[in-house]
Amino acid sequence: MSDKSNTPAAAQAAKDVEELERRSQTAARLFDVRRIIGGLFVVYGVIVTLAGVFASDEDLKKAQDININLWTGIGMLILGLAFLLWLRLSPTIPPPDAGQEKEER
Amino acid sequence: MLHLAEGLRLPTNGLDYTILGIYFAVVLGIGFAARRSVKTSLDFFLSGRSLPAWITGLAFVAANLGATEILGMAANGAQYGVYTVHWYWIGAIPAMVFLGLVMMPFYYGSKVRSVPEFLLHRFGPSSHLLSSVIFAVSSVLIAGVNLYALALVLKALLGWELWVSIVVAGFFVLAYITLGGLSSAIYTEVLQFFVILAALIPLTVVGLKRVGGWDGITDTLSGRNGDAFMTAWDGTGIGSANPLGANWLTIVLGLGFVMSFGYWTTNFAEVQRALSAKNLSAAQRTPLIAAFPKILIPAVVVIPGLIALVMEPTLGKHKDGLQYNDAIPVLMRDLLPNGVLGVAVTGLLAAFMAGMAANISSFNTVFTNDIYAAYLKKDRPDEHYVATARWVTVVGVLVGMGTAFIASSFSNIMNYLQTLFSFFNVPLFVVFIIGMFWKKTTPAAGFWGLLTGTVGAMVNYFWFYKQGIVDIPSDQGANFVSSIVAFVVGSVVMVVVTLFTKPKPAEQLAGLVYGTRSPGEPELPEKGDDAWYRKPALLGWGAVVLAALCYIPFSF
Repeated sequence: MSDKSNTPAAAQAAKDVEELERRSQTAARLFDVRRIIGGLFVVYGVIVTLAGVFASDEDLKKAQDININLWTGIGMLILGLAFLLWLRLSPTIPPPDAGQEKEER
Repeated sequence: MLHLAEGLRLPTNGLDYTILGIYFAVVLGIGFAARRSVKTSLDFFLSGRSLPAWITGLAFVAANLGATEILGMAANGAQYGVYTVHWYWIGAIPAMVFLGLVMMPFYYGSKVRSVPEFLLHRFGPSSHLLSSVIFAVSSVLIAGVNLYALALVLKALLGWELWVSIVVAGFFVLAYITLGGLSSAIYTEVLQFFVILAALIPLTVVGLKRVGGWDGITDTLSGRNGDAFMTAWDGTGIGSANPLGANWLTIVLGLGFVMSFGYWTTNFAEVQRALSAKNLSAAQRTPLIAAFPKILIPAVVVIPGLIALVMEPTLGKHKDGLQYNDAIPVLMRDLLPNGVLGVAVTGLLAAFMAGMAANISSFNTVFTNDIYAAYLKKDRPDEHYVATARWVTVVGVLVGMGTAFIASSFSNIMNYLQTLFSFFNVPLFVVFIIGMFWKKTTPAAGFWGLLTGTVGAMVNYFWFYKQGIVDIPSDQGANFVSSIVAFVVGSVVMVVVTLFTKPKPAEQLAGLVYGTRSPGEPELPEKGDDAWYRKPALLGWGAVVLAALCYIPFSF
């Protein structure tokens, strides 16, 4: 294969990407990951905190007298709520669609 | 390859399995929910180049924080002591900062969709095709090796049969990547990052209390393994012996330069995360944001390795006893009550799956975009390539699963393969670095540099080292020499070939070579990107300074 033919291929690839970027739907339609992290950690936080509240003596002894379930659960709960709060305070801004962009110019 | 000792079965119960089950459900949910955002092949391969920097940054560090990395670095901690921090502070941070500050403008600015595609622009089709094929083959095999390692760990920890783990984990990865493409891979990586931290932090806290804190570790291990064990640089003078078998020069040049720059700057499974960022500033910040957690990770990985060694002095001493790789599983078994134990199992499993998903999502991009669409079936409508990419994902996962099954009977061969791939990145790095900084480098030089560098490393490893022609004390040492060979052979060949062949005309190199700019209008900075804490230079140099400061307590 000859390396001389590469110029059009490379230029075409760059042009393709620009075109695809215009048609891309990720920015407009992909959900916000903060919702998933927040949700999962709130659920995990509640489960693990409850395991800490009802910890047996055996559990406590195993974890060197630290109620590790309680502390980890509370930590996860706080992290989860923090993500949900962040999402609430600065929600995802959907990008202006092509039509609006034209009007602004 | 990870081999865990017998008798490591964790006392899991229904609570732990509930936590694990919820994770699987959420991961599948991410796949289905991300599906509606996939309209074009760019959405599937690079999330439409639209993600914010904090997401791509955390995915960048998480793609590296696979389970083999976590268990392996804890094992290194138990085996080599505090020397292990070199893999982080000198073996990762400088390369990550270099990627963000120096290389990313070329990668992102040239609008390439993959690392091999950059070679198409800079050199031409022959080096493009060569590196695409090497990458595609190696990533699918590495995915299989990851899957096999996962199955081994789950068999030891949970008692699952090998085939159950291989099929279940393979199926979930297949499902969410096929549905959502890179977006679901990145989202699960971000999730995995937090879950694994929620497991490692409590593990470290309880472990420290058990052994009497940092002072307890230092007292016990300094007494038992010598003072140098608890320092970063003692005993690394040239000619003096230390557990690592390396001196400061080989650490700085070998680990810190050749191997680490090869891995972090040209491994597409990593770079892909940065290429999916929404603009150049975010792409540059991706590896820089990742650098900060990377600096702190030894605190929850290397320290548990040390704790395990204090608690189990026989770790790694007897062939049929506990091995170094068992460090973290031993702590999980002995210290974590049900609940947090479930989080820890979930974190490990998530880390394995995310590692495999990173290989698969970079594989389907390179195969579809750089081999199929570039050379086999050109100029089809974009929908055709999205469909192809989905099928390629299915095939990739199935081949990976097949590899995992074969690996269970040829586990030694897989060991070699894994080592071999670990230095495939080095020839690629040579080609990149010379091609980016030396305008005259010719297309032919790119191809021959890549080929001879790769072959040179293989010859060194399989012939000189394995056949015993050259005496190298350890596998680790052989890897290092192979990397050096790849580096030297590749660069010499590139220089010689360049002198005798014709370079590309300068106007075709705009935006690809240091000192040039992409044609067209420069991208306008987005609102808010000029805030001081978003300046790439500040983040990058901040990470370097922080890594250097981290060395201080372990150096004097």
